[in-house]
Amino acid sequence: MTAFLQNCFAGLALGSTYALVALGFVVIFKSTGVINFAQGGLLALGAYLGYTFSNNLLLSFAVAILLACGAAALVGAGFERLVLRRMVGQPPFAVIMITIGLLFVLEPLITAIWGFDNHQVRNPWNINTVEVSGLVFGVKDLWTIGLTAAVVVGFFVFFRYSSLGLAMRVTAFDPEAALAQGISAKKVYAVSWAIAAALAALAGVAMAAGPGGLSPSIGFIALAAFPAMIVGGMDSPAGAVLGGVVIGLAEALTRGYQDQLFSWAGDNVSVIVPYLLMIVILLIRPYGLLGTKDVRRV
Amino acid sequence: MAKPHRDLVRDYRQDLRLFGSPPARAGLVAMVAALALLPMVVQDDFWLSVLIYVGITAVGAIGLNLLTGYCGQISLGHAFFIGAGAYVTGWVGSDLPLYLWLPTAALVGGLLGAVIGPFALRLRGHYLAIVTLGLVFIGEHLWRNWRGLTGGNSGTSVDAQVSLGPIDFNRVELAGEVYSRNQGYFWLVWVLVAIVALLVKNLVRTRPGRALQAVRDRDQAAEVIGVRAGRYKIGAFVVSSAIASVAGALFGSYQQFVSPDEWNLLLSIQYIAIVIVGGLGTVFGSILGAIFVGALPALIDRFGDAIPGVRTSVGGEGFISVFALNQAIFGVLIVLFLVFEPRGLAGIWLRIKAYFKSWPFSY
Repeated sequence: MTAFLQNCFAGLALGSTYALVALGFVVIFKSTGVINFAQGGLLALGAYLGYTFSNNLLLSFAVAILLACGAAALVGAGFERLVLRRMVGQPPFAVIMITIGLLFVLEPLITAIWGFDNHQVRNPWNINTVEVSGLVFGVKDLWTIGLTAAVVVGFFVFFRYSSLGLAMRVTAFDPEAALAQGISAKKVYAVSWAIAAALAALAGVAMAAGPGGLSPSIGFIALAAFPAMIVGGMDSPAGAVLGGVVIGLAEALTRGYQDQLFSWAGDNVSVIVPYLLMIVILLIRPYGLLGTKDVRRV
Repeated sequence: MAKPHRDLVRDYRQDLRLFGSPPARAGLVAMVAALALLPMVVQDDFWLSVLIYVGITAVGAIGLNLLTGYCGQISLGHAFFIGAGAYVTGWVGSDLPLYLWLPTAALVGGLLGAVIGPFALRLRGHYLAIVTLGLVFIGEHLWRNWRGLTGGNSGTSVDAQVSLGPIDFNRVELAGEVYSRNQGYFWLVWVLVAIVALLVKNLVRTRPGRALQAVRDRDQAAEVIGVRAGRYKIGAFVVSSAIASVAGALFGSYQQFVSPDEWNLLLSIQYIAIVIVGGLGTVFGSILGAIFVGALPALIDRFGDAIPGVRTSVGGEGFISVFALNQAIFGVLIVLFLVFEPRGLAGIWLRIKAYFKSWPFSY
């Protein structure tokens, strides 16, 4: 039982990272109809920026996180402004391809600047743990879950009550009607990208602060967040969070019981569990757990 | 009586002809002659092997272009099908002759596509991109763990028979002259490029081909005029997977050894870069793209020492590794071409052609 709860906790921590990234996917998908493959690159960029702020500039970790999120948001918005603005009116297809291209530019760029070596981010959490009745909680994991919860709540409040959040919802619902009401689509798109990039950067720094440290392959975590987006429903922010947690739990439990239950499936089968789960969901509930069903008549 | 200009198209049949005008026919003859004679002129093994890889890549790229360029679906899973083709060849290639293992690879690839396609393609939107992204990872896991077929992490040797009747492509004898394995493979691969190109070119002129393009342009409108969008999308995916497997089969049999490290996401991205750089929705463009982008990794590998800042060995000088440089170039090419030249190299070529067609009165 202890082992099971321990695995669930690990899954929850992993799942909250997925949730942050998937939330970024959904924000961009809802407002622009684009699947943003560059999220992994932005995540890695945010993590490395956080490393630079914390280790090289010796800022306190909280400030480093904020600065990393802000810088990543600027990069995201800048990318939207410089490249994607030119693609307005083009089919989403071309824009998706561009984000794939961006992902494959960002990754080598990061290795060119920071190198291939594994870095340790200077942070207050480290590998400290808290023990509660036989269960061991990593301080970093607790913070990740807490920060994710706070960000998700803040995100929903922003969407629900702020005028910019309302503008974003309207643009997602009907871009032309939004324009007719005087809502600036440019602003909405730029803000969506900034939010997505900041969420990715937060997830990246939280990942990098863990015992695994920071290596160029950190961006791959974002690819595993795609299943989270599909499991939850592509157009549902709440679904993204739910999907992230479900995927994280599934992955952590598979890893935890690898030797007992899944040895037949080969080493490290947990890595592909998110994708297998996604295929199952596509079979039984193609629009995701909380997504809206695509209704159309021909 | 005045004759109509040779470029004037007067009826529908004429419009559909692949090589209608005399210059096009002359170009075709020149191209065939060039491909037939090239291995005799270029005998250097390095350049021949680059051209063989370019040809194999062209086959795969034509397959991807059918799906992406003509049907508008994004697939990141091309590497999976290429790997599948290579392993099928490793499995049956030594027992079956060339004219059987190549179709077997195509068949297995097509079947895999038919199993996977429906998950993603019965929905609207770009689910295929994400599902095939997963496919690459699931495939990599499979290749690393299915030791009986793939030899696990250490890879497996592919020993395939490459003779067709009296011609052994490992050692072609022609008019008393003996040609090397690379020369023989050059002919084999580029003949297959021609076959696949003709096949796809013809496919897109038929009803199903038109249906694909209708789905790409506006799926809802296509359904209104009686095109079953889901069915045609799956069909395009199946054919594209089969062609990818053929490319993989050629790759495996030429390289004689394959390991799971080769079928990663970067390979898929390379193919995407090729179809975008070459030109979406043109068969000719895929071949152009394969020549320009497909040759890059081999060239960088060979001439990496001469490029400043590139690190050719682990721990060597330079800030960017060969692998990372390839990756960056593919990414930059995708972005630049989509933003500045969405029709790709084929579009540039058509523009040049149009300019000279009406020269000196072009404006």
